[in-house]
Amino acid sequence: MMTKKASSSSNETDTESAIPEFAWTRKDLVGLDELSANEIVHILDTAGSFQEVSTRSIKKVPALRGKVVALLFFEDSTRTRMSFELAASRLSADTVFLSGKGSSTSKGETTLDTVRNVEAMGVDAFVIRHSQSGAPHLLADKVGVPIINAGDGRHEHPTQALLDIFTIRQKLGSLEGVRVAIVGDIAHSRVARSNIIGLRKLGAEVVVVGPPTLVPTTITAMGCEISHSLDDILDEVDVINMLRIQFERFESNLFPSLREYSSLFGMNAERLAKCRKNVLIMHPGPINRGVELTSEVADGPNSCILQQVTNGLAVRMAVLYLVSRSGE
Amino acid sequence: MIDILITNGRVIDPASGRDETANVAVTNGFITKIGRDAPKARRTIDASNKIVSPGLIDLHAHCREPGHEEEETIATAAASAVAGGFTTICAMPNTHPPQDDETSILYVLQRMARAGKARVLPAGCITTGREGKELAEMGMMRDAGAVAFTDDGTGIASTKVMQRALQYANMIGVTLMQHCQDPDLFGGAMNSGAVAVRLGLPGIAASGEEIMLRRDLELVKRTGARYHAMHISSAGSVEIIRQAKAHGLPVTAEAAPHHLLLTDASCMGYDPNFKMNPPLRSAGDVEALRQGVADGTIDCLATDHAPHAKEEKEMEFALAPFGIISLDCALALYARALVHSGLMDWPDFLARLTVNPAAVIAPTLGLLQEGSPADITIIDPKKRWTVNVDKFASKARNCPYHGWRLKSRATVTIVGGEVKFEL
Repeated sequence: MMTKKASSSSNETDTESAIPEFAWTRKDLVGLDELSANEIVHILDTAGSFQEVSTRSIKKVPALRGKVVALLFFEDSTRTRMSFELAASRLSADTVFLSGKGSSTSKGETTLDTVRNVEAMGVDAFVIRHSQSGAPHLLADKVGVPIINAGDGRHEHPTQALLDIFTIRQKLGSLEGVRVAIVGDIAHSRVARSNIIGLRKLGAEVVVVGPPTLVPTTITAMGCEISHSLDDILDEVDVINMLRIQFERFESNLFPSLREYSSLFGMNAERLAKCRKNVLIMHPGPINRGVELTSEVADGPNSCILQQVTNGLAVRMAVLYLVSRSGE
Repeated sequence: MIDILITNGRVIDPASGRDETANVAVTNGFITKIGRDAPKARRTIDASNKIVSPGLIDLHAHCREPGHEEEETIATAAASAVAGGFTTICAMPNTHPPQDDETSILYVLQRMARAGKARVLPAGCITTGREGKELAEMGMMRDAGAVAFTDDGTGIASTKVMQRALQYANMIGVTLMQHCQDPDLFGGAMNSGAVAVRLGLPGIAASGEEIMLRRDLELVKRTGARYHAMHISSAGSVEIIRQAKAHGLPVTAEAAPHHLLLTDASCMGYDPNFKMNPPLRSAGDVEALRQGVADGTIDCLATDHAPHAKEEKEMEFALAPFGIISLDCALALYARALVHSGLMDWPDFLARLTVNPAAVIAPTLGLLQEGSPADITIIDPKKRWTVNVDKFASKARNCPYHGWRLKSRATVTIVGGEVKFEL
C-alpha cells in the first residue's frame, strides 16, 4: 500500500521510501493489546525513518499536509499533548485542541457527543486522552475518523510504551530475551499495562515491582512476574522503568509515605551499583527527583529519560502517519 | 360455563408434586378443576405438547416508577413480565422517592391495577430513604400491601441497624431481602480479577458479598427472622448458604440469569451491557451457582430486571449505571442454564420460579391447584426462537442477549383468570 508520490521536495520521497513495505490497515490505535508483534515492529520501523526529521533545520515533511488532527484531552496533560502537537506539525498537519474542562463536557455533554460534534467539523484524526478506561473503545466503534489513544484511565498508553520499547531497541538492538523491570504503582498505571503487553509480544521478559497494595496478584495473567523487593531483582534485569508515584495516592491507605516508598523502591546510586553495568534506567516522566530516583541516577550515564522524550516525537509521527493514511 | 379450559397439557404443580397430562378449568379468576373432564368453556386453549405451570413469579424487578419513567414504568414492566411468562413480579423500592411509607406502596398497587397485566407486588424499604439508619414503617407498609422489605441497591452497612431490622421484621412476620455488599469493599466496576486488571478497571471482589452474608447469618441465628439473600453471585456465597441451611436457619436465596450464564470475560470490549451489580464473575462461580440452584441451596430464580435509557448505557464503562433487563426472555435463559444443560428436570426447575418465590412473598400464589388463583403460564419447552431486543415489551433495551438463539418460551400468560399475553 506504499505508493511513491511525485513530490516537490526530495525530502518527502527519501522519508517515505524508507518506510518498509507492510500494509497498515487499522483505522485506530486504541491499544497494544489488539496489535500483532508484526504491527508493533512496523510502527517502530516507521518511527526509525522519521527520527531524522527532528534533526533538520526545517523540521517538516509534507506527509500529512492539509490534514487536521484534533486533540481531545478529557484529562490533563502538557507533555503528551505537546509531543503529539509537535509530531503532527512535523508532518505538516494542522492541529486543533479541545480540553475536557473547557468544553461542553462540564455542562453535561457526553464524551461521544463531543467527539461527534468535532467530527462533524471535518477532521482527519483524533488524539484522545481520557480519565476513563475504555473511552477509546466506546468511540472507535461509533466514529468514522481514526482515533489514537493518548492514554485512557488505567488501561493503556500505547504511544508511551512504543517509545519505551523503541528506546530499548535502539540501545540493545533487540527485545528478545531482554529482562525489564517496571517499578511503582502498577495497579493504576496504563504505562505499565501497555509496556507489559508490548514487551511480551516482542519476546522480552517482564517483572513488575512494588508493594502488594499497588500490584494486583492477577497481573501475572498478562505474562509478567511479580517481585515485592526491588533489591532482589537488581542484578537480573537489563532495563528498569521507574513509574511516577502520584502524590494523591497517599491520601488513601495504599502506602505509608513518600519517604518510605523512596527508601524501599527508589532508585539511587547504591542500588545502581548492584545493577548490571549497562542497565538502562527509564522513566515516563515527569520525574519526582528524590522519590522514584535520585538526581544522581536521573542525570547519570545509565539514564535514557531524555532519549525517551526525543524518541516520543518520532514514534508519534509514525503513529499519526500510519493511522491517518490507513484508509488510502 | 367456565371461562377458560386448558386442554391436554403437561400439568406440573411443583408444590404438590403433580406432573401429568390433564385439563385445567378456570372460572371467575380461580382454578376450579384439574382432571380429565372437558366441560364447555368460553375459551378453550389447546396445550398439547406444552407445559401448564403455575404462573411464574419474579422476586426482583426494578420498575423505576416513580422517578425514572424514562427507563421503565410499572405498566411497561408489567407488560414485559407477562410477555416473559411471569404473572407476578416484586417491585424493588429504590425509586425516587423511595418506597419507604404506605402511600408509596399504595401508589405501586394503584399503578399495577391500571396497567392490568402482571401482579406487581411492592417491596418496601427497610430503612427510611434507604439510608441504612432509621427503620421505616414496615408494619404500616405491610398492612398497605408490601410483601417484603429490602434496601436493594445497597446492603445495610451498620450491624446494629441490621440486627434491629431483623428483630423488628421477626415481630411483623415479614422477610428481609438483602443486597449483600460490604460498602467499604465496594467501588469497582466489574469483578476483581485478571480481566479487570487487563482492562484497567477497579474490581468488586466476591469477599464483599460473602462478608456481609456471613455477618447477616450470624444475626439471623440470634434473632430468628426470615432472611432472603438476593442475587447471589459467588461460589463462596453458595457454600455459606448451604451451611446455614444445614444448621436450620430460615434463609432463602436467589440467582439471576446472567450469573448462571456469563462470566467477567464478557467485559472485554467494555460493553456496559455486561455491567451489573453484583458483577459477572468466574466460570467456577457460574458452575457453583448452577449446582446450587439444582440442589436447592438457591431456592429461587429472580431476574434483577434493571432498565436504563439508551444514553445511560452508551457511556464509558466505569461511569455507566449497573444493570440489565431480562424479563422478556428470562425463562429461556434459565432453561438454557439449568434444564437444557441436563442439570434439572422441569418440575424441580419450575419450583424455583413458582412455589419457592411465592413462599417468600405471597404464599397463596405459585400453586396450580383447585381453588388457587388462576395465575397460569403455558410453556412450549421445545420452541426455538431468537431474541430481538427491539421487540421487547419493556421500555428499555439494555440487554446483552440480543441475537441469542434460545429454546423454550411462554406462549400464554394468564393472570387472575384473564389471558394477559399470547404469543
